[in-house]
Amino acid sequence: MPAIEGWFTIDDEPVLLGNRCTSCRTVYFPKASFFCRNPDCDGEEFEEARLSRRGKIWSYTDAQYQPPSPFIAPPGDYQPFAHAAVELAEEQMVILGQVASGFGVADLEVGQEVELIVEELYSDDEHDYLVYKWKPAGAERDGVRA
Amino acid sequence: MSDVVVAGVGMHPWGKWGRNFVEYGVVAARAALQDAGIAWRDVQFVAGADTMRNGYPGYVSGATFAQALGWTGARVSSSYAACASGSTALESARAEILAGRCDVALVVGADTTPKGFLAPNAGDRPDDPDWLRFRLLGATNPTYFALYARRRMALYGATEADFAQVRAKNARHGLENPNARYRKDFSVDDVLASAMVADPLRLLEICATSDGGAAVILTSADWAKRHGVADRVKVRAISTVTPTFPQTVIEMPNFSTDSGVAFSADAVTPFKAAIAQGAYEESGIGPEDLSLAEVYDLSSALELDWYEDIGLCKAGEAERLLHDGDTEIGGRIPVNASGGLACFGEAVPAQALAQVCELTWQLRGQAGARQVEGATVGITANQGLFGHGSSVLLST
Ligand SMILES: [Zn+2]
Repeated sequence: MPAIEGWFTIDDEPVLLGNRCTSCRTVYFPKASFFCRNPDCDGEEFEEARLSRRGKIWSYTDAQYQPPSPFIAPPGDYQPFAHAAVELAEEQMVILGQVASGFGVADLEVGQEVELIVEELYSDDEHDYLVYKWKPAGAERDGVRA
Repeated sequence: MSDVVVAGVGMHPWGKWGRNFVEYGVVAARAALQDAGIAWRDVQFVAGADTMRNGYPGYVSGATFAQALGWTGARVSSSYAACASGSTALESARAEILAGRCDVALVVGADTTPKGFLAPNAGDRPDDPDWLRFRLLGATNPTYFALYARRRMALYGATEADFAQVRAKNARHGLENPNARYRKDFSVDDVLASAMVADPLRLLEICATSDGGAAVILTSADWAKRHGVADRVKVRAISTVTPTFPQTVIEMPNFSTDSGVAFSADAVTPFKAAIAQGAYEESGIGPEDLSLAEVYDLSSALELDWYEDIGLCKAGEAERLLHDGDTEIGGRIPVNASGGLACFGEAVPAQALAQVCELTWQLRGQAGARQVEGATVGITANQGLFGHGSSVLLST
C-alpha cells in the first residue's frame, strides 16, 4: 500500500497525483487544499492532475548516513540511497524524490531524463509501504545505465 | 527615518556546553549591557528570539530572559522565524524604537541543541512537510544543501575543491575568533579527506548545531547622544521579506517548487537575492559600498551562492571571487570574517544576532586579529525555513 494516501498511483505506470486550480491552472504537488497559492488568484476549486511521468534531473545528491526518525530504515546494514530533484516541463515545477534502489550518484547527471516508479519504502508485519521514486529512463534495474 | 543605534553587543561562546539555554542568553545580555554601559533597569523593551527545542521557556523567550535578568516591568516580545528568529526579534525591537514607544531595547537569542542532524519535533504529523520529508524521502537539511551545490557544479563548473576552499578560508578566519566553537586550521586537502555526507558535500562542509547565545542593545540616536552612549554603529536596514510566487528553487522542507504555469518565472527575483535587495532598497546603500558581509554558510557551497545573491558579483562568478582572494580578510570584500557557521555551528535563534555582533565589532575596529581594515558598511544575510528572509545592514 502507498506510504501516504493520494500522492501517487501504484499501477504498472505509476503517476504522481497533484491537483490543478480550475481558475489559473497552477499545478500543486502535493495537492493544494482550500485555496490556490497564486497571489493573483482567489480560486478555491481544484481538479486532480496526473503529473508527467518523465522529467529531467535539476539536481541530485545522496544520503551517505542514515537519516533520523521519522525515516524508517530497512532492516540490516544501512545502504546509502540517492535523491533527485526533477523538472517537469509541462507542469513547470521541480519535484524531489528518492532515486530507485540500485542507482547511485555515479549513475546520475543534471539534465538526464528520469521516469517515475514506485518501490517499497519500509514494511511492517501487515504491509509493504510504497513510495514514488525517480529512475533513469530506459535503465535496467541493476543500476547500470542501459 | 531617524537612526537606531547599536549601543552594545555580547555573546556567550559557541560550543556544546550542554547547559540551559537561558544561561547563555543571560551571559550574552549582560555582556551587551556592559558593552553599552547601560543598566538592565534602563531597558524598556526585551525582544527574545525563540528556540523550539527547549520546552515552553523557549517559546516565550522574551519573558524567559526578562525573568532571568530580574522582572522590571519592561515590555516584551518573543519571535520565532527559524534561522531568521534573531533578525525578526531585532526588527521587533527596532520598530518599537522607531515608533517612539521606547528608547532602549535588548534583543537576545540563545539555544541548547541536540547532537547530529536537526530532526523534526517528535510525534506523527503527516500534514507537516517538515515531518513528511524525513518519513517519505529521508531528506535531511544537507540533502537540500547538496542539491544546490550539485546544481552550481552543473551550471557554473564549480568543483569540490572550490567548496573546500571556502571552508579552508573560513577556518582561517575563525582561528582568530574567541567566540567560535571550531578554531582549527583546515587545508583544502583536509576538507576533501573528510567523509562524504550528501554528495558533493563532506562532513567539514556542513554546518553543525551548537549551543550559544548572542545579544544586541538598540537605542534611539537621541537617547544615545543624551546618555553619552557609543553611537558609531547604526542600523540602516532590516529586511524580513518573504518569497515571491512562483518560487522556482526547491526550498527546505518542500517536496516541490511552485508551478510556474501561470507566470513567467523569469520575472520573479529569486528569494535569496530578494532578501539582500530589501536591505539595499531600504538603506539606499548598494553592494558596491560594502566593507564586509556575514552570510549563512550552512554549507561551504551555499556561501558561493550568497556572493551572487547579495550582489558581490554576477551569477557564475563567485568562484572567481574566491580564487582571487577577494572574500578573504585583506581582500576586497571579506565574507564571514567571523569564521561563519563553519566555525560556529548553528545556534538557531542566536545566529542572526551573532552576525550583527560581528559586524558591530568590525565597524568599531574592535575585531582584533580578524579586523577588516577601515570597515564602515556591513551586511548580514540569512534565510529562515518556510520563507523568512533576514538581512541586516549596518554602517558607521
Ligand atoms: Zn489559482
